[in-house]
Amino acid sequence: MAEFLFYAFSSLTVGSAAAVLLNRNAVNSALAFLVCLIGVSGLFVMLDSFLLAVLMILVYAGAVVALFLFIIMLLDMQGGERKPFSKFATGAYVAVGLLLTVGVVSFANATVELPRTNPEVIPAVGATLKNYADQLFTTYLLPVQVVGFLLLIAMLGVIVLSKKFEGLGDIK
Amino acid sequence: MSILPAIGLHHYLIVAGLVFALGFLGVLVRRNTLVLYMSLELMLVASTIALVAFSRFNGTMDGNVFVFFILTVAAAEVAVGLAIIVALFRRRQTVQVEQLTALKN
Repeated sequence: MAEFLFYAFSSLTVGSAAAVLLNRNAVNSALAFLVCLIGVSGLFVMLDSFLLAVLMILVYAGAVVALFLFIIMLLDMQGGERKPFSKFATGAYVAVGLLLTVGVVSFANATVELPRTNPEVIPAVGATLKNYADQLFTTYLLPVQVVGFLLLIAMLGVIVLSKKFEGLGDIK
Repeated sequence: MSILPAIGLHHYLIVAGLVFALGFLGVLVRRNTLVLYMSLELMLVASTIALVAFSRFNGTMDGNVFVFFILTVAAAEVAVGLAIIVALFRRRQTVQVEQLTALKN
């Protein structure tokens, strides 16, 4: 059962990741990205990280993809659909894609010995919320504060960027 | 039951590598800035799969906590990046990268 679920979720993830690049319309790409995130959070559930699976849906699917869709519809691009690739470009892209795939597979089959451990004998530490709190408030206390500051800076940056911008009027 | 081999760490790493490769390919291939940005996000998501898988198979907490931070940074990054794209569109009326050549000449 677990094997079947793994293959279902991973093919969902990889297939919709491919659909992100192949779709002509940006809205369809965003929706394919959403499906990809659902597959990824399914994989997280299979890895016993329930909190991260929920956060993936909440933060990525809820906030990031919604923001993408808002911006795509706000900009309402003329000529937003991509032109079909030329024959030469298609060949080049397929070659690059094959090279990347070969790289991935050879990386996965490399001589570096990965631990062939059975997940049933290892405790699923990511399953309990208490472990997250324990780590975040002891070992990773400084990064938590830095990330909070980063969010503040990002918020200020977005406000400044969204204001009406004047100057540099000659760049056209 | 098990006709299929048991799922190990390298299965998850192959999935993560494939998604990363697809995101990288998207950055190379696509010309729409928004889709390019989605491909960048795809690469981040691939790294989170690898981190969670390593964390699960090693019985440590660090990978999970890293994914926590990656989620936060990605949210901030998307907000700032999309604000930049909107500002760019207001100025140039396009988001296609082949038309954004102000630095070229």
